[in-house]
Amino acid sequence: MDKFLFLFLAVVAIASALAVIFTKNPMYSVLYLIVTFFSIAGHFVLLNAHFLAIVNIIVYAGAIMVLFLFVIMLLNLNKSPEQHKPFYIQLVACIAGGLLLVTLVGAIRGTAIQHGDPLIGSDIGSVEKLGQVLFTNFLLPFEISSVLFLSAMIGAVMLGKKNLKDN
Amino acid sequence: MQDLFTNSLNGYIFLSSILFTIGILGILIRKNIIIIFMSIEMMLNAVNLLLTAFSVHHNNPDGQVFVFFIMAVAAAEVTIGLTILMMIYRNTGSVSIDDLKKLKW
Repeated sequence: MDKFLFLFLAVVAIASALAVIFTKNPMYSVLYLIVTFFSIAGHFVLLNAHFLAIVNIIVYAGAIMVLFLFVIMLLNLNKSPEQHKPFYIQLVACIAGGLLLVTLVGAIRGTAIQHGDPLIGSDIGSVEKLGQVLFTNFLLPFEISSVLFLSAMIGAVMLGKKNLKDN
Repeated sequence: MQDLFTNSLNGYIFLSSILFTIGILGILIRKNIIIIFMSIEMMLNAVNLLLTAFSVHHNNPDGQVFVFFIMAVAAAEVTIGLTILMMIYRNTGSVSIDDLKKLKW
């Protein structure tokens, strides 16, 4: 049952990821990317990482993709025609991607310790255990990330202002 | 082929590498800046998935805390990136990377 669920979610993730980069309309690409994020959240639930699954849906699919949709709709970007790169460049890109895939899989597979497989049955992904680690061992990065958000907000507001002096 | 999937961690390695490669393909093939941003987000998510799988495999919650911080940094980066994109569109009127080949137009 778990294997079937993993395979189904993997096929959905890969199919919608391919649809993201091959669709002509940018609005459809955003929607396919939301489907990809939901299937990756399903994978997180399979791995017993419930907190990360919910945070993935709220932050990525709920905030970041909505921001993308706002920008696309406000700037009317789905109406501009996009020239495509010549076919041989696309072919070379696919070949380079395939080589990278082979290299990545070959490199990472050597690092997995091949003892028993405790992928299911541990609760380190629950909110309490993760919160305990986050607020004791990783307190400093947690506080600094709030400063990071503050600087991102200030930067976005400062960059987005129109210069009133130019009129 | 039989020993490729006895360990389900191998399945996660394959899936994450394929998603990462599809993200790189999106950056190489498309000319629209929005699609390139979304491919970068897809690459980040592939890495998140692999980090979580390894964290569960080694029974160490540090990997999942790292995923949490990656999501925070990705949110801040998307904010600034889309602001810069809007400024580029306001100044040059197009979002194709072909029109941004030089550092100063």
